Amino acid sequence: MFYREAGDFKTSYQDDNQTFPIKFDRYRYYFVLFVAFAIIPFMINDYWVNAVFLPFLIYSIAAIGLNILTGYCGQVSLGTGGFMAVGAYAVYKLMTIFPEVSVLIHIVLAGVITACVGVLFGLPSLRIKGFYLAVATLAAQFFLVWLFNRVPWFYNYSASGQISAPERTFLGEPITGPATEAWAAYLVCLVFVTLSAIVARNLTRGSLGRKWMAIRDMDIAAEIIGVNPLGAKLSAFAVSSFFVGLSGALFFAVYLGAVEVGEVFGINKSFLVLFMIIIGGLGSIFGSFAGAAFLVLLPVFLKNVLVGGLGWPTDLAAHLEFMIVGGLIIVFLIAEPHGLAQLWRVTKEKLRLWPFPH
Amino acid sequence: MPEQLVFAMEVFLNGLMAGVLYALVALGFVLIYKASGIFNYAQGVMALFSAMTLVGIMEGQVPFSHLINAMLGTHVHHFGWHLPAVLGILLTMVVMVGLAWLVQVVIFRHLVNQEPIILFMATIGLAYFMEGFGDLMWGAEIKKLDVGLPQGINLWIDETTFNIFDYGFFIDNLDIVATIIAALLVGVLVAFSQYTKQGRAMRAVADDHQAALSVGVSLSFIWVMVWSVAGFVALVAGIMWGTKSGVQFSLSLIALKALPVLMLGGFTSIPGAIVGGLIIGVGEKLFEFALGPIIGGATENWFAYVLALVFLVFRPQGLFGDKIIERV
Repeated sequence: MFYREAGDFKTSYQDDNQTFPIKFDRYRYYFVLFVAFAIIPFMINDYWVNAVFLPFLIYSIAAIGLNILTGYCGQVSLGTGGFMAVGAYAVYKLMTIFPEVSVLIHIVLAGVITACVGVLFGLPSLRIKGFYLAVATLAAQFFLVWLFNRVPWFYNYSASGQISAPERTFLGEPITGPATEAWAAYLVCLVFVTLSAIVARNLTRGSLGRKWMAIRDMDIAAEIIGVNPLGAKLSAFAVSSFFVGLSGALFFAVYLGAVEVGEVFGINKSFLVLFMIIIGGLGSIFGSFAGAAFLVLLPVFLKNVLVGGLGWPTDLAAHLEFMIVGGLIIVFLIAEPHGLAQLWRVTKEKLRLWPFPH
Repeated sequence: MPEQLVFAMEVFLNGLMAGVLYALVALGFVLIYKASGIFNYAQGVMALFSAMTLVGIMEGQVPFSHLINAMLGTHVHHFGWHLPAVLGILLTMVVMVGLAWLVQVVIFRHLVNQEPIILFMATIGLAYFMEGFGDLMWGAEIKKLDVGLPQGINLWIDETTFNIFDYGFFIDNLDIVATIIAALLVGVLVAFSQYTKQGRAMRAVADDHQAALSVGVSLSFIWVMVWSVAGFVALVAGIMWGTKSGVQFSLSLIALKALPVLMLGGFTSIPGAIVGGLIIGVGEKLFEFALGPIIGGATENWFAYVLALVFLVFRPQGLFGDKIIERV
């Protein structure tokens, strides 16, 4: 009834090809942006930012990154945690070596450095395919974590082996370090998320994205119709690692503030982000957000219900959480292998015709 | 004989023994992958779960005792019996077969014809589920597993090598037993798949699902059987690793050790799993021995993966894997 395209005429190709061609969708998108930028910052406190909003926003960037590589280009990667660690350590080194440069530039540069590392570990993908590649990316995961653990130059020879973010300001307001206000951290992450989503969306529907999808669907056929597999695969690795590095830098500098690499960027992080894009939907930017929201909110919800509501001991709740996450993944895969994004698509199709489906 | 070379020989032998244990886990992967095309990430957790169940049954733990106590306010923990190891292993086997049947009926029957990556994700979900389930059922504390396997230094080897090199090698009895059992296990598996009706059916399914179906092989039965056999292999691996270092969470991480073994040997080859395990075991121990002190130690975490990665660049299907043929 409200959600329909009747009367919504397009008179130019540009109008026809926009991301949200339906008016209702477009206004909803502006509304979400408005709420996120102008209303939420005034309403949140430390708990909400640290437990929900920051992890959600930062994991969304990581999920977008992995979705480009796995969902659009079809190269399964289990090295996300390692690449996030590259972003974190890159931003740490940049912050301590060039303290006078703005930290926002450092975060972007950390993404660029991670992109270079990603290309390096993406090189074998030209020869290795499928599961062999998935396992091969684990080499990146374990090697990078080991490297940051064992080479003291990376953590500036600190006694604990940890890295901690020094305080940096933007327009006079601290955005890293312990003095950061909740809303400042939130806004920094929100800006990065919004820009990442816009860039990713436009890359994936342009010629580069079409090349990636051709490689995903069948790489030999793509090669025959003139897609250069070297360029397509390596660009997917580069772009994907850029976003993942960005999220790793934010995760360390803005969210946690202090990081021990083995704990924070271990193999579990790789699986977590992979779960996000599977549950959210492979090959969908919206799916990256949906999956990140789902897997960030679920533990918070379970913890509140089981420990806060029923008064169970925390270790029991943790075991049950494992079971529920694992079980939900299986249920999702059986019920809807294309994830939350597909459910959303189906709902929209239904809404278009509602209430007169015939 | 120079001292370093003698040390290197000891490291080499220990690497071989470790490699056998890696191969044991890798074997379970290969069996399931060949028969159903599922890359079963949960194999490591299955080893952990079977070892936990074995300890729980032998010690007479009450399943879900923590959960029951939390919900009802009771204090149950043990039934108060101690079963002999043989009976415990038999009962655990029954549990593993039941698990195989459940996995098949509840999960993979509904995922027939899905892409391999979806199946792989489902096994990761299964791994998470079983990890939580096992801890909930038997408790998360580190348990001691003793089924009567010999442990400790082998004195005969120690003395013999001392007489030859003036330096006694340290070889654990348990490792020797593990090697013998692994060899037996492979022998039994090969005999089973070559000379029995079910084994032949299993190979037929591995070869071609549709052709096997059309000559009357029941796919669902074969898949339950293969998962049961993999559960049995997991139990053997679980007993070995559990006796060695206690039944605890880190046991499930041996799956991560088995992955490079698989890559190196090829996903579809049983001999590949054995040879790959030996190469990785020896390689990582020797690398750590030779270069570990120079570049910072603890290289075992990644060496196997990097070795497999470099190897795959030159031979993408692994040592013994099926040749990859691509058609458009």
